[in-house]
Order: sequence, then C-alpha cells, then structure tokens
Amino acid sequence: MAEHYDVVIVGAGPAGLAATEAALANGARVACLDAHANLGGQVWRKDSAHGWPRRARRIINTLLAHPAMTWLPQTQVIAADAGELLLQDEKHALHISHNALIIATGARELLLPFPGWTLPGVTGAAGLQALSKQGWPLTGRRVAIAGSGPLLLAAAVTARRHGARVLGIYEQASEAAVRDFARTLWRWPGKAWQAAMLRSQLADIPYRCGSVVTRAKGDGALQSIDIDGPHGTQRLECDQLAVGYGLVPNVELAQMLGCALRQEGAHPCVNVDALQRTDKSGVYAAGEACGIGGRECAWFEGRIAGLAATGASVGATLLKQQQHARAFAATLHQHFKLDPYVHNLAMPDTLICRCEDVPLRALDGYDDARSAKLATRCGMGACQGRICGTALAELGRFARSGQRPPLFPARLSTLGEISSLSDTEGFVS
Amino acid sequence: MGYRQHVKSYDLIIAGAGIIGTACADYASQEGLRVVIVEPGAIGGGATAAAMGHLVAMDDDRAELALAHYSLQLWESYTGIAQIEYSRCGTLWVAANEADYARIPQKLARLASFGVQAERVEREQLYRLEPTLKPGLHGGMRVPREAVVYPPGMARYLLDCACARGVELLRDRVDVMTDDGVRLSDGTQLRGAVLVATGCALPQLLPQLPLRARKGHLVITDRYPGLVHHQLVELGYAESAHGDADSSVAFNVQPRPTGQILIGSSREYGSDTPQVSMPIVRRMLERAFNYLPALRQLEALRIWTGFRPVSVDGLPYLGRVPDRPNTWVAAGHEGLGITTSLGSARLVIDQWLGRSTAIDSRPYDPARVAT
Amino acid sequence: MSALSLRIQIDGETISVPAGISVAAAIARLPRAFRRSVSGQARAPFCGMGICFECRVRIDGVAQQRACMVPVRDGMQVATDG
Repeated sequence: MAEHYDVVIVGAGPAGLAATEAALANGARVACLDAHANLGGQVWRKDSAHGWPRRARRIINTLLAHPAMTWLPQTQVIAADAGELLLQDEKHALHISHNALIIATGARELLLPFPGWTLPGVTGAAGLQALSKQGWPLTGRRVAIAGSGPLLLAAAVTARRHGARVLGIYEQASEAAVRDFARTLWRWPGKAWQAAMLRSQLADIPYRCGSVVTRAKGDGALQSIDIDGPHGTQRLECDQLAVGYGLVPNVELAQMLGCALRQEGAHPCVNVDALQRTDKSGVYAAGEACGIGGRECAWFEGRIAGLAATGASVGATLLKQQQHARAFAATLHQHFKLDPYVHNLAMPDTLICRCEDVPLRALDGYDDARSAKLATRCGMGACQGRICGTALAELGRFARSGQRPPLFPARLSTLGEISSLSDTEGFVS
Repeated sequence: MGYRQHVKSYDLIIAGAGIIGTACADYASQEGLRVVIVEPGAIGGGATAAAMGHLVAMDDDRAELALAHYSLQLWESYTGIAQIEYSRCGTLWVAANEADYARIPQKLARLASFGVQAERVEREQLYRLEPTLKPGLHGGMRVPREAVVYPPGMARYLLDCACARGVELLRDRVDVMTDDGVRLSDGTQLRGAVLVATGCALPQLLPQLPLRARKGHLVITDRYPGLVHHQLVELGYAESAHGDADSSVAFNVQPRPTGQILIGSSREYGSDTPQVSMPIVRRMLERAFNYLPALRQLEALRIWTGFRPVSVDGLPYLGRVPDRPNTWVAAGHEGLGITTSLGSARLVIDQWLGRSTAIDSRPYDPARVAT
Repeated sequence: MSALSLRIQIDGETISVPAGISVAAAIARLPRAFRRSVSGQARAPFCGMGICFECRVRIDGVAQQRACMVPVRDGMQVATDG
C-alpha cells in the first residue's frame, strides 16, 4: 500500500526546504525526500567537519522536529505517475502517493569536455565543494579552480577551509564582463555583500579572467594543467582541478511526468506560472529546476510552491521578491555567458561519454541522440546521458532523448517487487 | 500537384533499413543491380533496436526452424566483425519442472533433424554451467553454437557493405506505392521493383497483409561480468512466444559481451504506445527473479520497449505481393527477425531474380493470406 | 564535530575515518583508483553529487554503488577496481 501525503517534495535544498516549511505551516502532512543523506541540497550541504551553515541548520532542525514532516533520506524517485511515486532508498522500494507534488530537484553542474577531463583529480567546481564537505582530504593539496561564475569563489573558499592550497581561480569571462557584473550588484545588496565577503577571504589568491583550462595532464592522475589566458598559455602543476561552467536544471522528473519544459539556452527547465504551477495538475516546481536563479530565488519559489500547493494565498511581497531574485539570475547569465572557445576544447580523441568511453570523433555524422547512442553507445551508461548529453547539448550537437523509468539506475528488486503503481499504463515516455 | 516531379529509376527500391531491409540491400547489391534503400529514421532503429539479438533456432514450427537454421548458417560469416558484437554464448533452455524436462528429447530430435547440435543438461551440470540459477531446477537443454549479437550494429554493417557496392541510401519516407514504384514524402518518384521491409509499419504500404504489433519490454543492467554465461531461456518460453494471450512474460536473460545483463521478455497485444508499463516490467522481473534470484540487487540502467511485427500465422511474409505489379515483401518476423534476417533476404531476392531458393519458399508466400 | 571515528575496510585494508564523511572521501585517503572505465582508465569522483557515476565501487558486497552518496558506517567493506 502506498503511504499517502498531502504534499511530497522532491529535493531538500533551499527550494525544497522552503516548500516544506510553508506546507507544514499550512497544516499539511508532508514528505520531503532527497538522494543525499542530509537535508540542505548542494548549497546548504552539511559539512562533515563544520555542520550546516547557521541559517540552514536552524531551518532544518525546526523542520525535522515537526510532527507532520516525514524526511526520507538517500531516497530517489525511480518512476512517477499522476499522484504516485515509486521510490528507492538504501535498502527498500517505497511507494507513496500525494495530492500535490513539488519538484525541487535543483541543478547539476555544467561539465564540459576537454583533453584530460577524465583524469582522477579533475572534478567539477561545485563537485569539489561537495567533495570537500564530504570529508575529501585536501590538506596541503594544490588546487586550481576554473570555469565560470561566482560559484568558483565559493568553491575556493570551501576548499581553503578544508586545508587546500588554492593556486588560482581561472574565470572564462573577460575582465570587462566581470567588472560590469560587479557594477550591477548594487541592485542586490545581499549578493554584493556575499561577493565582497568571498573576495576578501580570497584576497591573496590570483583571480584571472579570460582564462580557460585547455588541458589536464597526468599519468593515471592529475599532475598539471594548461591555462590559456590573455597573456598566452601557462602551465600549472597541481593535484586537483575543479572546473565547472555553471549549472544546469535537473528536469528529468518533470519530464517523466510530462510537464511542459522550456529552453533556457541549450538546456531545458520546467515551465511554471507565477504560483510555481506546472501544466500538470497538482505538480509544482521551484528553484533551479525552473531555471538557474540561485539560492534566494530558490527559497522564494519554494515558499510560493509550498503555499500554493496547500491552498494558501501567496502575498504580493513574496512574488515581488521572487521576481527580483530571478532578475539577478538573468544578469548573471548575461555577464558569465560562455565564450564559444570553451565549446571547442575537446579534441577528436577526447572522451565525451565517460561511462562508455566514446570519443568525440565517433559522434561525427550523427545528428540525434538516439542514432548516436545506437551506433556508438554514447549515453548508454550508468549516468543515463546526464553528463555527455548535457555537454553535447551545450556544444550544439544534439539534446538528450526523452525520459523513461528508471529515472536513476535502480535495483531490479525496486522495479520488480513493488506492487504496481497503477493497474493501467500511465508512464509517460 | 505542387511537388517536384523527380523520377529516378532503380532495379530495386527497398523501403525500410532495419535488419531485414539492410540484409536485402546487402544481398541484392552483390548482383550488381541498381538498388536504393529508403529510411527516414535511425538505421536499425525500429524492432531491430528493440530486439535482444539472440540467434536461436526455435523448434516449435518446422518452417520457422528451416528458415532459422538456414539463416544461422549464414550468420557464421559475421562472427569476427567488431560492431556486430557476435558472442557465441550458447543457449541454455532451463527446465523448471518435470514436465519441462520431459519435453527435451522431442526438442532434441527436432533440432537434430536439421543438424542443429544440442544436448541435454542434467541437473548437476546445469549448476556447473550457471551457478547463480535458483536451486531446485530440473536440468535443461544446451545449444552450444547459438549466439548473441548487437542488431543495430549488424544493420549498419549490412548497409555499409551495400553502400560500398553502390546502393543508395535515401533519408526519406515511402509515402505511397505507385503503379511503377513509390512516391516519397518529399514528392520524389522512384520507379522500379519495390521490396517492402518496414516491419510494423507494413500496413501503411500494404494493408492487404494482416499484421499486428506485439509490444515487448527489455531491461538492461549495469556491468556484472561473469554472473551469467549463456542466454538463459525457460523451456516454457514457447507458450509465451506463440500463445495468443493479451499479455505474457517469460524468463529470458542474456549476458551481453559488455558484462551487462539484458532481461526479457514480455509480449502484449493492444498497446500501441511506446510507454514503459511498470506492471509488465514487474511481472517480467518477478519471472526472472524466480530463476535467477541474484538479479534482485543488480542496478537496472534502462528499460525500453519495442514492437514485434506479427503476421497472421506467425511466419514472415517473404515473396511477391499478390495483385500488385512487381511488389515484394519481407516483413512479419515477430521475435525472430534478427535470427532469420539473412535467410529471409536470400529467399526474397532469389525469388525476385527468378532463381531457385535454398529452402522451400512456399510456407512464407504472402499469397497464403492475401484476401 | 568529527571526533568520533569509525573503522572501515577498503580492499581489505582497515582504516580509521571520521564519522559523517562519505565513502568517496574515505577511499580518497588511500592511493587508488575508484574504478576502471570500460577501456581500462583509472577514474575517480567527478561531479561529487551522484550524477556522473564515476565513483562506483562495491559496498558491503553490492556492486556499482556511488561512493559519493553513501556515508561511512562502522565495519563497512568497500572494494574498488584498484
């Protein structure tokens, strides 16, 4: 039998937590689930050495103590149908139903291929931040941070806090673009303060604009990187490279439910109205899944979704706050727009599909994901095309094909032993 | 009409570049004929891509067995080509009970009458061959020279061979059969003999040949090399495959050369959407767990569905289409199209060329059903 | 916060690690690859958040588990591809 909840919230980052808080405040019985072991999502990830950020800890502790709140850790959605979800945690399959579903699945990092990106020691920028907080040993390690956006600064601060020697931050955007961005920050005082804090903590670390890591080298693990900048190519010896080019919405659950998506650049995001409603009845989406907007935006949207999903009214102030936060995201995208140069770093023999080791060269002559997959195995592996498919979309090759269950790799027992979601076919491909 | 009136002439126009169409193109091109193959979608992207790729001689029907046996001999020329991923893992038919086990002698005799090498497997030997099978099974039958392949890889290989001999590939759709050829969706007219190999899409061009689509599901796991060694099939498989139930499942598990495990199989009439049906997946997996409990904790990466083209009597339509000028068909292979692709191509092309065929072509003659 | 330490085995070698860290962070304390790719290359965590599946290892007998998603537990047995 499926356990029933008034509201189910998928994702426990700022959007999910805000939604949970709002729904609980309106008397709903709420289940909040996340693939990770702790609440917080990526931006408020619990640090194994330092715990949660203060604000997050206060919110999370309050929510966990609420009698109408069910927290489902290490739980992933495997299949979804109108009003029902098939879930899997570390040991079991679970089956839950709901009146309202709030998709707060956040974002993943935009990870783009370049020669050497598969070497151990190369991670995403948010990736290194996540690993740092998991207890990844960084003491005394020489770390280079590269890619694009303010996230690089946050990654540098976190790595340093964990004992890393941060050698430099290499931003692909030009110095002029970054300067222009800084000038717009007065409109978002919170952001300006955040940026100033980060910069002051990193004052002694080189921050190089117009710089791109073009190659990582090493014998079995990272040893050095080549950085192409305004003054030519530099070689840097390092133990760890954290390189991320921004964030991409996680839309797979929305896609499986048949929710309308819209394109933001090369990547889809969930289309919602002012009350965070998707075009599917009872399905809401909030935060990064609706387009990369940052933590504040995610919080406001989660709150709107939580209120709307429980029939509460949403105040004009909240809606205005959300719009203001969204506007910040637009500014961010504009100033940290990717130079086409970073789309062309992969060489013909650079592996694009890291699961199946498919080089870029093998994809020549294919103009859709399915043909390429059938012929080369590109996208057939465990990540289900999340890495290569996202990269290929960004590179202007082709978009990932549609979404079917399992939404993530799932134990066969989850697919085979749970009683049926519904007796009729209802899964959207 | 507004469209351009391009007319091009060929000796043979093949509609469909699945494994059947590409096998026909490959064989016809060996005769130095002007051949064109028309396919709007991915090469081998229909039933070919949805198939397990098990090369197997099913012994339940003599004509089916004759065609399979003939084709399996032809497959022997393709064992060394990397993109086909030919892996001679053999088939191990598993007896769940005494009744299954009792059917083995008859099956062995039928296979032997075609010279197919097969052997009875006693219970102890069954567990030596496949230690992860559930205890308490009764034994089985092993067909050691059978194999698994990657069907879309074969379709592309056959097409490449054909194109190297001058066959033209048109990325378009055959919209209409005309009196002297076909018209494509862009208005282009092609003139020549027509061979329809469009699988489940057959009724769109040749509605006089009854064809139903039978949906199937497959699940593939992450890589677990060495867990399963043979294509494992329950001896009760034929009941599922040949029965006419609205839906049925059977234990049918394959070790891919990658170490992945491919799990089948299901058969459903009456569903025409490609959506994954979780109730069917569950039934199929429950059946598989019943034979291979170790599957339970493996990670499934993907589930996909496909449609088998089913003729009125389970045998493919191979030959001239009655009451149509110079029109030929190779379609309706249900679940055996990969196995029988090569033989089917020869049977049709040899008839078209007025040659004698290697096996009796009459059981597959479309005239048997045309109304 | 991480005073509590746990003992886990990685490829038969016992190590002490702080509670609350991930299996990935535990493995990173030893000089080894997490997995070998299909063409035999050494691989290690890449995305750090359960998306890329590069950090798959065997945990307590169950193969293909994402090391970055699982917190260490006392007595845990981890096997990598070396």
